Amino acid sequence: MATYLLRRLLLGLLTLVAITFIVYGLARNMPGTPLTVQMGESDPSRKLNPEDQERMKRIYGLDRPWHEGYLRWLGNVVRGDLGRSFSRKQPVTTLIGERIGPTFLLSGTALLLTWLLGVPLGLYASARSGLADERATSLLLYILYSFPTFVAALFLQIIFAVWLRGTSWELPLFGMSDLPADAGWAARSVDIARHAILPVTCQTYVSLAYDSRFIKANMEEAVRQDYIRTARAKGAGPGRVLFHHAFRNTLIPLVTLLGLSLPGLIGGSVIIEQIFTWPGMGRLFFESIRERDYPTIMGLTLMFSVLTLIGQLLADLLYCLVDPRVSVE
Amino acid sequence: MTQPLVDVVGLETHFPVRKGLLRREVGAVRAVDGVSFSVERGRTLGLVGESGCGKTTVGRSILRLVEPTGGSVRFDGRDVLATGGADLRGLRRRMQIVFQDPYGSLNPRMKVRSILEEGLIIHRLGGADDRLERMTRALARTGLTAAALDRYPHEFSGGQRQRIAIARAIVIEPDFLVLDEPISALDVSIQAQVVNLLVELREQLGLTYLFISHDLSVVEYVSDDVAVMYLGRIVERAPAARLYAEPLHPYTLALFSAVPSVEPGRRRRRIVLTGDVPSPARPPSGCRFHPRCPLAEQVCRQVEPPATVIDGHAVHCHVAARELQQAGGDAAVAAARMAALMAPTAASASPAAV
Repeated sequence: MATYLLRRLLLGLLTLVAITFIVYGLARNMPGTPLTVQMGESDPSRKLNPEDQERMKRIYGLDRPWHEGYLRWLGNVVRGDLGRSFSRKQPVTTLIGERIGPTFLLSGTALLLTWLLGVPLGLYASARSGLADERATSLLLYILYSFPTFVAALFLQIIFAVWLRGTSWELPLFGMSDLPADAGWAARSVDIARHAILPVTCQTYVSLAYDSRFIKANMEEAVRQDYIRTARAKGAGPGRVLFHHAFRNTLIPLVTLLGLSLPGLIGGSVIIEQIFTWPGMGRLFFESIRERDYPTIMGLTLMFSVLTLIGQLLADLLYCLVDPRVSVE
Repeated sequence: MTQPLVDVVGLETHFPVRKGLLRREVGAVRAVDGVSFSVERGRTLGLVGESGCGKTTVGRSILRLVEPTGGSVRFDGRDVLATGGADLRGLRRRMQIVFQDPYGSLNPRMKVRSILEEGLIIHRLGGADDRLERMTRALARTGLTAAALDRYPHEFSGGQRQRIAIARAIVIEPDFLVLDEPISALDVSIQAQVVNLLVELREQLGLTYLFISHDLSVVEYVSDDVAVMYLGRIVERAPAARLYAEPLHPYTLALFSAVPSVEPGRRRRRIVLTGDVPSPARPPSGCRFHPRCPLAEQVCRQVEPPATVIDGHAVHCHVAARELQQAGGDAAVAAARMAALMAPTAASASPAAV
């Protein structure tokens, strides 16, 4: 067990170095630098003169080739320093710390809803497979699955923020809160919850459709097995056959799915956070790329990679729990 | 004559074929289409036929693991198809099944203990300590020890797994076992052991078997009576010794000629049937075997052959019925005539064998 973990850890570190190397290379070789993007494009009068540009480049280390910059970044990371954001003049860790909460609120709620609704829905669909109600539900889920979130988000915004304006059904168009920070704790909670309804809905419906279809497909595979017939021959009732015999055998693919959704929990959704201007990680990522804010891009990349690797490791360890045939040795 | 333990009359299991967006029923696969037989207590009926003839579906339909669409099944006088809920559960305690593939039929997530215990719990047999004794006894009967209880199915070999599957079936003390190709998935070296185990268990526990197999020699060894199935119907049925000595149906003759002989000097004339088995979704008119039967006549294409019964030997064939009549009811003479009639097809099919 210990050797297995050690091997996975070493392998994970190698993977991290490879990922960050590639992303750093891509980021540094994108057209534009933090200087051109930040000032020159929006306001020509504020364009830096060549001497100032050279001076700034030296300060930020942008005069050196990108692979040297990568090594310096890597060295700082090993010492626990993720650097300072170019555009926001703050340590990257502080920026991430501010954004993690809102994203976790959004993604965590969506993930919880997805699984709370998706598992029963998938089980229901497999139990009533082929019947009229199941086929109607499955068709609806299929339509939802193929419906892009950015279109759904716009529709929801039109319906709840424009058409229903002034009614008790009105929901905020964007943002996380309209109240000042010193408003009461309860009032702010309600306000944030109201702001979260639309983005959470958008983030939930696609994965809900995907997950329940996935569960249904796995259940239908399990239900065809001979051991299900054995269970029925024993005299086990339909509920026991469904949960105890079939569902338990579909846990492995579900655990994989859950492991893969872990990075999204912290990483958030770039599209949804951008549309609803939710102050989360996805939006930070999008903005840092637009601003060529290399330290922030790299800090976020590192965090997403670590989370992905941890999610996979957790899934692999969970296999041993749910399947007696799997062992880490 | 006593009442048979299992009595099947006109059993039909049709699977609907659905097509299109609205999933309209466009036809049915007649997997089992009018099968009748009975098995008396303590006896074994062998059910043979080629792949896809419906023999497995017969076994599953009797236990209601698939729902039959017609006919009747009586178990110990009770109508199996009309029961439900607790009554059906009660019947399932008395009617058990062993499947072909011991790798698929045992839940990979459950220890042998849970696999065996589940049936005892469902049917409320014995208390907690008593259950252990029952399980140990069932395992011992199949040649395993209680050490198996705390292991998972994947830790056993194929033969051992099939023993577990048998122990699983007998632990709740059934009267009747459907053995659905119980040895086909096993290594040849293991097959004989499992067959002998099944025969022993039948003697010790007074079990009644429906033994489904395509292995004619094993069926002959195990069975008291044998029924031959073709395309969802039984075409011939007789006590095992009679059927093997005096086969009357052309299909049975062709089937037997395909069994390899173990006697080196003796070579069989292989009767080679032409054509494929027709689809059970569109069975042929008249006798279902007529498109492939070398003896088919006009009447075979039009009229469904009824059963002709001589001393418990039943055959569904117009030609065999006529031969039996001409032989004055002497099945041995009629069987010899049928073999002679079939002989030219055999000779022409493999002249080297003559």
